[in-house]
Amino acid sequence: MTIPTRLVAAGGLLAAALAASACNPPGRRVQVADASAASKTYVAPGEKDQFYLFYSGGHSGQVYVAGIPSMRHIATIPVFARYPGTGYGYDEESKRMLGAFTWGDVHHPGLSQTDGTYDGRWLFVNDNANNRVARIDLRDFKTKQILGPIPNSSGNHGSSFVTENSEYVLVATRFSVPLPKGRYADPAKYEAEFNGMVSGLKVEKDTGTLSVGWQVLTPPFNWDLGSTGKGPSSGWAFWTSYNSEMASDALEANSTRLDRDYAAIVNWRAAEQAVKDGKAVLMAGVPVLDPAKVPGVMYLLPVPKSPHGIDTDPSGRWIVASGKLQPVASVFDFEKIKAAIDRKQFDKEVRGIPVLNYEAVLEGDVPVGLGPLHTQYDGKGNAYTSLYVESSVAKWKLPPWSKEERADLNKVVVDKIAVHYNIGHLVIGASDTKAPYGQYLVAMNKLSKGRHLSVGPSQPESSQLIDITGQKMSMLYESFTEPEPHFAQILKADKIAPIEVYPKAENHDPNAVWTAEQAGVTRTGNKVDVKMMSIRSRFVPDKLEVRVGDEVTIHVTNVEQTTDMIHGLGIVEHDLNVVMDPGETKTVRFTASKPGVFPFYCTNFCSALHQEMQGYLAVKP
Amino acid sequence: MTAFLRATTRFLDRPLSVASRGLVLAGIVALVAGALLPLWRIQLVAPQYQEGLTLEMYTHKIAAGNGGQDLAEINTLNHYIGMKPIAQADFAEMTWMPFAIGVFALLALRAVVMGRIGHLVDLGVLFVYFGAFSLGTFAYRLWSYGHHLDAHAPMRVAPFTPVVIGSQQIANFVQTSLPMAGTVCMGLFLAALCGAIWLSRREEL
Repeated sequence: MTIPTRLVAAGGLLAAALAASACNPPGRRVQVADASAASKTYVAPGEKDQFYLFYSGGHSGQVYVAGIPSMRHIATIPVFARYPGTGYGYDEESKRMLGAFTWGDVHHPGLSQTDGTYDGRWLFVNDNANNRVARIDLRDFKTKQILGPIPNSSGNHGSSFVTENSEYVLVATRFSVPLPKGRYADPAKYEAEFNGMVSGLKVEKDTGTLSVGWQVLTPPFNWDLGSTGKGPSSGWAFWTSYNSEMASDALEANSTRLDRDYAAIVNWRAAEQAVKDGKAVLMAGVPVLDPAKVPGVMYLLPVPKSPHGIDTDPSGRWIVASGKLQPVASVFDFEKIKAAIDRKQFDKEVRGIPVLNYEAVLEGDVPVGLGPLHTQYDGKGNAYTSLYVESSVAKWKLPPWSKEERADLNKVVVDKIAVHYNIGHLVIGASDTKAPYGQYLVAMNKLSKGRHLSVGPSQPESSQLIDITGQKMSMLYESFTEPEPHFAQILKADKIAPIEVYPKAENHDPNAVWTAEQAGVTRTGNKVDVKMMSIRSRFVPDKLEVRVGDEVTIHVTNVEQTTDMIHGLGIVEHDLNVVMDPGETKTVRFTASKPGVFPFYCTNFCSALHQEMQGYLAVKP
Repeated sequence: MTAFLRATTRFLDRPLSVASRGLVLAGIVALVAGALLPLWRIQLVAPQYQEGLTLEMYTHKIAAGNGGQDLAEINTLNHYIGMKPIAQADFAEMTWMPFAIGVFALLALRAVVMGRIGHLVDLGVLFVYFGAFSLGTFAYRLWSYGHHLDAHAPMRVAPFTPVVIGSQQIANFVQTSLPMAGTVCMGLFLAALCGAIWLSRREEL
């Protein structure tokens, strides 16, 4: 079957499937996990899970941490939004990181890697809404840096894809805008005036500190998802796009006219070198490469239209892109891509960027099912593709294929399992490394409708744990999460050993106090500086006298060095709550704006006399 | 009577055999080792402190578990009942005990060289007195911590004596207090002295 005829056939099916996607597919029996599955997910009280599951929190702006196989939610790591539970966004340091934004949209967490495997140091997450990337340190599970808004970029959907040795976190823009940013242009002149961008965010080797290294200017396609290369594709990165039509309105129809969209194939090592060679021009302080002028940095690959995921397999040879409007997963062979580039086997150029010949680099289109989105790998030669429309996961064999299989690629699809419902991303532990764990798959479903106790119209998402150790996949468990996991990462629990208190010796805050004698209040003009100590079950000092108009700064240190002995400081009617972990100093600043006496108290339950842990902010008129 | 006193004096004047002197030397090694090893351990276990809070008493210091943090934790907890914070500075014996051990080691060496049973008897008697006195002050300190409770503390508890050897329940904690390797070494030193006397009890040469 040629692509166009298959498209017509699939199109008919799809029309029906899209319409029905919000309901149970007709004729499908809802699969109920066997009772024996319970023993496979049971983690007895006091026992611990084997794996960490780091969910992106979508437009909640946070990252959720759960355990596998229990699927229990363990903690929320606040990243792009305030979180009074840990006092995030109320103290001066986290307020500085958040800047003027009150939310973010976390899509794709990426664990740092060394030599193509997880090294357990950092988790990078993107903000689709405000073009930012954040770094979470896995030593203490805290957000340490928020970089952005990234210059010359709009809509950071295409990250956080970490290179083999965490040299870069790679980013591509979902939205194109007139560049440099801040310039007005009529969206009707989209094709002429708008541009997208691929960015290499440099990761400082020892500290993980992110900075914008370089950028590559792209046509105004909507870059979607990506992955980084390894093995034969080491040094390369891949992104899918939609809207190669370059439409600026009614994208639903106008961006789906052509049969093919483009994937970007970017040689990030070549980009790095070209910048070193002075081939970039500065835009908003960032060296920007124009791929038309710097050959070898970027190529385009036609893929089935409106693709979503593009995932490199553990060997680095097979690149799988899914055209969500076509029922196939297209497998490209990076060896062929390399050969085509070497032989300059290009169909044409788009804005000076060579377009590879589809047939020349394609290994095969695997008929996985309806609405294929993302593919993950078990490291045993199998791929697992999420089928949004079909509400299923398809398991299929990666190449090499036998002659017989090649003749009918239906034969490489070996298993399918129903999920509930409308799966988006799926994740297998370490699928994006050289050595996937290959034990569990988590299906992150967009709709949970009716699977849980009713909580009214605002519904949680459902996540389903699937055992992939056998020939056939088996459903083990499901859990529900707040909006809205997109992608996730799974990390072996023994890969990290987080600290549980901040050692006193590591607290270098000049305003930290460790004894009642060191605590106190200093006034300079109308600035009142408080060095406060918190310990079971008191604040020292516990009476603060200020005047209306004073700028009050409280540096509060939790002097405890005991696991889970956490104190909070909430000031009544001042919209302030900070939480100090053991050994931590936090700084809050506010202006005493109204006279009166405002109690403050410990917000995080600490001890038998927690309730008594309180004091007064007395504000004189 | 006179005969008995003469016999005693003769016994005390008896020279030490080579084996006895060797045994005393070995005892000195045990004594010095004992000065460097923990003498006593106090452990507190509660539901939320499953791994226990530990204090180890040495001749010269208090070593707390969890990198020293357990002492701070015990003091933080004790402040609720008004107990004085446990501080190494309050244990005067930790300044004179190492000195005393040095004196005992030197006296033992002297006995090895001078080689009379009487030297060992002097040494043994002094050492027993030293041991009893040290244990006594240790017990007194424990009693003192448990009986001088601040009347303005958040929780009022009846004065108590932490157990010196064995276990007891104090509120939500099980307190266990036991001698450690250092005390065993001290005992070995004393045993070596006794053994040396025994080996040289009959006149030889």
